[in-house]
Amino acid sequence: MLRGPGATDVALVVNGESVTVRAAPRRTLLDTLRENLALTGTKKVCDEGTCGACTVLIDGRPVYSCMTFAVACEGKAIETIEGIAKDGELHPVQRAFIDADAFQCGFCTPGQIMSIVALVRDNAGPTEDDVRRAVAGNLCRCGAYPNIVKAGVNAGKRR
Amino acid sequence: MPRVVKSREEFEGEIFESLVLVEGKDLPLHATGTEFTEISKSRRRVDGMQRVTGRARYTQDVYPPGMLYVRVLRSPYPRARVRRIDTKKAEKLPGVRDILHRFNAAKAAFRGEETVFREEVRFVGDEVAAVAADDEQTAVEALRLIEVDYELLPHVVDLEEAIGDMAPRLETDGNVAEAATHKRGDAKRALKEADFVVDVTYRTSTQIHNSLETHGAVATWDGEQLTVYESTQHTFAVRQGLRTALKLPFSKIRVLCDYMGGGFGSKGGVGKHSIIASLFSMRLGRPVRYVLTREEENIAAGNRSATLQQMRIGGKGGRITGLEHISWANVGQGKWVANPTGPTNTLYDIANLSSKSYKVVTNAGSLAAFRAPGYVEGTFALESAIDELAEKMGVDPLVLRRKHAASPKDPMVGKRYSDKHLIECYRIGAAEIGWTRRRKSGGIRGSAPHRRRGIGMATQIWGGGGGPPAYATVHVNPDGTVVLTTGTQDIGTGTRTILAQICADELGVELEDVQVRLGDTDNPYGPISAGSLTTASVGPAVRIAARDAKEQLLGAAAGVLETPKAELRLEGGVVVTKGARAPLSEILGKVDNNTVIGKGGRHPNNPELSLRTFGAHFAEVEVDVRTGEITVEHIVAVHDIGRIINPTTARSQVEGGVLQALGFALTEERFLDRATGRVMNANLENYKVPTVKDVPAKITVKFVDRPDRKANNLGAKGLGEPPIIPTAAAIANAVANATGARVRHAPLTRARVLEALAIAGARS
Repeated sequence: MLRGPGATDVALVVNGESVTVRAAPRRTLLDTLRENLALTGTKKVCDEGTCGACTVLIDGRPVYSCMTFAVACEGKAIETIEGIAKDGELHPVQRAFIDADAFQCGFCTPGQIMSIVALVRDNAGPTEDDVRRAVAGNLCRCGAYPNIVKAGVNAGKRR
Repeated sequence: MPRVVKSREEFEGEIFESLVLVEGKDLPLHATGTEFTEISKSRRRVDGMQRVTGRARYTQDVYPPGMLYVRVLRSPYPRARVRRIDTKKAEKLPGVRDILHRFNAAKAAFRGEETVFREEVRFVGDEVAAVAADDEQTAVEALRLIEVDYELLPHVVDLEEAIGDMAPRLETDGNVAEAATHKRGDAKRALKEADFVVDVTYRTSTQIHNSLETHGAVATWDGEQLTVYESTQHTFAVRQGLRTALKLPFSKIRVLCDYMGGGFGSKGGVGKHSIIASLFSMRLGRPVRYVLTREEENIAAGNRSATLQQMRIGGKGGRITGLEHISWANVGQGKWVANPTGPTNTLYDIANLSSKSYKVVTNAGSLAAFRAPGYVEGTFALESAIDELAEKMGVDPLVLRRKHAASPKDPMVGKRYSDKHLIECYRIGAAEIGWTRRRKSGGIRGSAPHRRRGIGMATQIWGGGGGPPAYATVHVNPDGTVVLTTGTQDIGTGTRTILAQICADELGVELEDVQVRLGDTDNPYGPISAGSLTTASVGPAVRIAARDAKEQLLGAAAGVLETPKAELRLEGGVVVTKGARAPLSEILGKVDNNTVIGKGGRHPNNPELSLRTFGAHFAEVEVDVRTGEITVEHIVAVHDIGRIINPTTARSQVEGGVLQALGFALTEERFLDRATGRVMNANLENYKVPTVKDVPAKITVKFVDRPDRKANNLGAKGLGEPPIIPTAAAIANAVANATGARVRHAPLTRARVLEALAIAGARS
């Protein structure tokens, strides 16, 4: 489909709901989620693909939303931290994070959780190494890593 | 009636005396054997749900309607005079609402200067002009259209260059200023008479905080009141800074910080970003947001100073007899210096000691307090030097330390410690790491022939005793639920949780019935969340407020139940009397609408005592002698910080400190180009903070966990900073033990390890 120049309408499926946003070609998915859709759970930390705080799932795969243009997501299913709890029940990974004290300031937490959510969907019983690989692209400056790994392994066990 | 009392508190190694307002009497420490319901219990964080669902609102997440975006033009030169600024083209760009710079901005005092836009810009990143626009992209584009005429001036960015004679003088009295000095005994003579002397120089590189949430503010002036959401460790200091800059009364400024994405010392008060956002909002009457980019955060929002430290240490008869420590720290454009000689002055009872700390000004970004400022840098030098001396003397470094670590008296101020269990920390740590396996020299073969394994340790001393002022109120609603209100912040340490625990425990209600409101200057005053002082400062005030509320509740219950108050207890939200139980909600429901308000304030510390925290870290490492790579296998962290309020969050705090220290020890280093003054790695790609893959195979966390009976009514002290202090030295000592090579520059990069191996001739 030919687009532009300038802003165009983009149809997305965000957390199961169809939405259309108007986005300039260079508008990132991250800014679209935060500023057009008020989904501020996804954090902006580096805005250049180096920290993982903006991780969301696109068609089930973890992706840095700051490195993804909104216009490239036409028709795609996007999941954010706001969308993984179902019917008022936390996702097992969210519950595991609380139980393992897997966050301190919490700013990297949404990204960490989304990376592990993607992992446990494919791998119901992840090992510590599996979890480490899954969050290797998610920085945590508070150093909650040991508990994040624990949470990932425990989340697998809960499913 | 409130009364004024003298108080003496320690903050980040410095002693401050002040007058504080207190009311009533302090509570005594809990009796030995008290059965707590919440204190000392592991509890999940009370705000966990908010944080894992993305609902926790950080400053970055505040988007008031009609908000404008700010971007700032920063100096591309390390030192220049701003002669002319032409904004005509930028103003014409659609969507640009306002531009501020030194020729049109109102005076707004900041850190002793009259304006936020200086005539002489003094580092790459210094603020030159600011644009407010409808969206961020427009603001960025406008910056490119601003024309600035700079007159370049000679600059110096490097610490050792700035000390030298050839450097341009940045201040009228030179680049170097003495900041702290301490002397006891006769160090010169002791060193002359010593049998063994180590005379070496240590260096530490500049570490950048890289809090994941950058500095930022969202300011709204409504014509009457300025409301500022700010990512800060101290809302009240931001309010004070805004009052100074904008000349508004406190009543017209409200600063809020609900959730906060890390600060590590760098967010201690007002920043230029807060003032710029506020100035725009007051000019334009619209909400204005200025959140720094990652690059701005790395060049202009603070750092841990690089240091150069000369250490002369002498021993005789199995003891340390003399010590001279001189430190120079690159503070960039900072107005203060963190003191690396702090641990030298206070940790060991060394009789003959002299220390000096110099502040060195350069054309680099200012320092900001960074988790145990000065102490991390200084402990690296001190604890490395003690191991070097022990090696020379042929004694076990732990044995040597023990001889100087048992004193119950602070050797610098001569006062008794309120409590001290450092020898116990050594005992626990040595057992956990298996210190007896440590070979005196050369280490042992690691997991491959080219890998050497060794063990090292280091000690930490820090404040963390806290003190006044800190206030809290406890509101009890008619349904028996509780709102605890205080002006402190939760910067990720678990403050909300432990304050809720203290409140619930003292009041006698369930933890889930306590809501904590903090991060708001409309709340009772709370201190800065820094210096490891929040628990020890705010916690005791919360306990008093909860007790006050409980007394009132029991009084009310006595009236409703027509039972003497002395026969009533409050347990788990239930009023208990002989043979009867009535939920608080039932009691309060019987009287008309009401709010029971308990008040509490922190009482002063005993001025005759020195309040300190102690600890020891032990490290086991493997070093690849072909590549210089260090693998940290095991860290044992043992801390004496009084009573532990929440073992879970305490443990997390220690692990986090160890991991941040690992960055300082092995990988984190700002690169500043001398010719251009630019930071070459102002990002998270080339500035290497630890990732999950860098975590040591094992981190063992232990606490002495005995209440400091003389510290405060909880017996608790702080833990934010202690675990970052000794890790780097413990690792350097383990590397030396493994390989015989002494690396005297942190971080211990592969290049530095290889160089040290070459010098030691230990390369295989």
